Amino acid sequence: MIPLSSYLILGAIMFAISMAGIFINRKNVIILLMCVELMLLAVNINFIAFSHFLGDLAGQVFVFFILTVAAAEAAIGLAILVVLSRNHQTINVSELKNLEG
Amino acid sequence: MENIYLAIPLASLIGAIIAGFMGKQIGRAGAHTVTIVGVGISFILSLMALNHIVFNGGAIYNETVYTWMVSDGLRFEVGFLIDHLTVMMMAVVTGVSLMVHVYTIGYMADDPGYQRFFSYISLFTFSMLMLVMSNNFLQLFFGWEAVGLVSYLLIGFWYKKETAIYANLKAFLVNRVGDFGFILGIAAVVMYAGSLDYVEVFQKAPQISNQTMSIGLSEWSVITVICILLFIGAMGKSAQVPLHVWLPDSMEGPTPISALIHAATMVTAGIFMVARMSPLYEFSETALGFVMVIGAITALFMGLIGIVQNDIKRVVAYSTLSQLGYMTVALGVSAYSAAVFHLMTHAFFKALLFLAAGSVIIAMHHEQDMRKMGGLKKYMPITWITSLIGSLALIGVPGFSGFFSKDSIIEAVHYSNVPGSDLVYWMVVAGVFITAFYSFRMYFMVFHGKERMDQHTKEHLHETPWVVTLPLIALAIPSVIIGWLTIEPMLFGGYFADSIFVKESHNVLAAFGKDYHGQWAMIQHAIFALPTWLALAGVGLAYYLYIINPDMAEKLKTILSPAYKLLDRKYWVDEIYFATFADGGRGLGKGFWKLGDVALIDGFIVNGSARVVGWFAGVIRHVQTGILSHYAFAMILGLIALLALFVK
Amino acid sequence: MSFTEGVFYAFSAIMIMAALGVITARNPVHSALSLVLTFFATSAIWMLLEAEFLAITLVLVYVGAVMVLFLFVVMMLDINITRMREGFMRYVPFGIVIALILVVQMVMIVGPENFGLEQFAEPARHVADHSNTKELGRVLYTDYVYPFEIAAVILLVAIVAAISLTMRRRPETKYQTPGKQVMVKKEDRLRVVSMKAEEKEK
Repeated sequence: MIPLSSYLILGAIMFAISMAGIFINRKNVIILLMCVELMLLAVNINFIAFSHFLGDLAGQVFVFFILTVAAAEAAIGLAILVVLSRNHQTINVSELKNLEG
Repeated sequence: MENIYLAIPLASLIGAIIAGFMGKQIGRAGAHTVTIVGVGISFILSLMALNHIVFNGGAIYNETVYTWMVSDGLRFEVGFLIDHLTVMMMAVVTGVSLMVHVYTIGYMADDPGYQRFFSYISLFTFSMLMLVMSNNFLQLFFGWEAVGLVSYLLIGFWYKKETAIYANLKAFLVNRVGDFGFILGIAAVVMYAGSLDYVEVFQKAPQISNQTMSIGLSEWSVITVICILLFIGAMGKSAQVPLHVWLPDSMEGPTPISALIHAATMVTAGIFMVARMSPLYEFSETALGFVMVIGAITALFMGLIGIVQNDIKRVVAYSTLSQLGYMTVALGVSAYSAAVFHLMTHAFFKALLFLAAGSVIIAMHHEQDMRKMGGLKKYMPITWITSLIGSLALIGVPGFSGFFSKDSIIEAVHYSNVPGSDLVYWMVVAGVFITAFYSFRMYFMVFHGKERMDQHTKEHLHETPWVVTLPLIALAIPSVIIGWLTIEPMLFGGYFADSIFVKESHNVLAAFGKDYHGQWAMIQHAIFALPTWLALAGVGLAYYLYIINPDMAEKLKTILSPAYKLLDRKYWVDEIYFATFADGGRGLGKGFWKLGDVALIDGFIVNGSARVVGWFAGVIRHVQTGILSHYAFAMILGLIALLALFVK
Repeated sequence: MSFTEGVFYAFSAIMIMAALGVITARNPVHSALSLVLTFFATSAIWMLLEAEFLAITLVLVYVGAVMVLFLFVVMMLDINITRMREGFMRYVPFGIVIALILVVQMVMIVGPENFGLEQFAEPARHVADHSNTKELGRVLYTDYVYPFEIAAVILLVAIVAAISLTMRRRPETKYQTPGKQVMVKKEDRLRVVSMKAEEKEK
């Protein structure tokens, strides 16, 4: 019998890993995007775990929508990335600071 | 009767609206026709109301015509209280107003603002009627302000004239001071009586009179505070010292207005109001004493200024001030009936004097300086005789209307035992001499003596047209007889029994009434009394100084130059006001502008906050590195902090 | 340890390892492939939670489409890996500290004492012919039909956005503009010239 807390802790660990990933991969936008996907996955694990333990399908419906939005986000994010590399000849985050105050 | 009462003010209003908004379409003749018809209707209906109430003993009408709103039990209404006092005022107001309307046809014949003028004076009639017919404080205040507005418009009628604009601004500002007191008084009434309706308030007067309120450190009787505040309003409107400064300047307006507003009707609004509020004033001897002293000061010292004026209208204006002082004195000694009686007689003879002065001014081609007149008697017989009648009435020659009313006031003061009434008695008696002197100074300077006008004016001198002289004659008749006819019912016959309340202990007129044995007896008695002799002495002095020995006047002027200077500068009141209030106000405004607005609001609050924001943004902008991970780090710090809230 | 527990811990371990691989791999292609593995493991966990439809969707949509897109982009862009790795090691300890703090905090919140079996009992397993897809479909097309349609619109917008962002006119490409072709008038193409007839050669 696996308690709900195990799933939640798994989600928390995934979230923390992706968070750390954002920190240590400070330059590579593609890895950053992947980390975002990982974060969303961690959230989805929580949703589905709660959905299972509470017997409420709404959690799965939410995951469904999150997957949709995440797919859209990935598509647009990568499109932006392509345009970025085409215009700036780089995707290095440290070189992209036009908004510096 | 209700429809008649309603029609009385509305007839004037409709005339004013038509003449005002459609002046171009209906033309000059149309404008004066429609307004005269309107005011004529008002006058006739007022006479009907007078007949109904006074002679047929009709019921007193006290009804609400229209309820504007009810707020927390306080009713804001338009209503009429028609009793003996009201019908008398209505008849006087509409009667004098009608005369002035007719007179204006001649006086303003060449003026481009003809229709506007008629519209204003009809509007004034409406406002004044609303004021006197009111049965509540709100409508009283409406009428009060409306007559003030019309007065402002009319003083500045010749709006291209610099002095007229100055005068109307001054009148407006001075009246604001009075009105401020007035509205505070009304507010106090609402606060302590909880009603705006006269009857309800008067019923609560004895109850209120026991209450006190603290102003600053001292305790004041509520009724005294209310009465004095209301009287401050009356001081503004009726031009009592120290708020008298606007009235002489208001002579910048056309003469018919001076007659209608600044002599006969509007300025008496304050007197009327105090008489109407007699159930309140009777409970405050402090307020009555205050009223009496102010009145006496006005009566004596404003009359003195009249002596040195050379502008014909200003002499009459100062005499108005002085006579208003007499009425106020009468109010102060609880002789309300005498005050209202004098108000009525004064309305006739003062309007007459003003219109006669206007007639002279027309004939002199708008020359107002008496030093350039003289000997007009033979050119303008009707104006001359009516002026003489007016002057005789004003100084109180036995038999004329002014005699009965003014003598009653003097007698009332004599019988009064209010503290200070002895001094006031001597002041009003001295006022009689002064009144006689300046009135006949004017009369002699204008109608007798050398002809001092230039050749051109002299050739064109002739009697004014009938529209001018007809009102003079029409006003001269009541100036002579109205006193004789009405003194008995008004003062002793209980005419005002239902509208004016006098406490038994204050009832000086009743005391006077015991010694009163008919008009003839009063005249006979007066012949051997001091005031009559003083009046004759005044006339004699004027005759000596301005006819027999005109050089003497100039000599006296140099001998008494400090006194002359004092009077000529009107006790420097204008200068003092100008230095303190006007300059002080401007200084204060400038101070607020420089310190408050420029430095504090603009400099510190507005620009200062902008500068603080700019500085802060300059500092904080370094946080915006543009590096993605820094933003992410900030978010994570936030997340950790948020989670810490849930960690138990 | 029961079978399900064994499955859970095995796939959890794979998942965490793969996730660590995603964030530490030197080559972005390896990262992407690790991410694929993470998704697979997650999908297995979801199976344990009886979310079969979503588990399959995750594999099909993410692994099949999104991750391929990632790989595609990674390979298409010429990335200087060494420059991208600058400062990597410097931030590793920092990242570990942050991650540990987060994990500790979250475990304290969602740990067994708050979300254990006492608080949330394991629900009964569904019968064998129970269809998760059918149940999900039922709520999706009834209660959540409007959000569902909005999701569809979002996807459409994403398609349009992705295309409009990346599309560009290349100068060397030749285009036809059908609108202009249709709009052509006779005067644009045809010119009637009046000229003298040439004399016949003699």
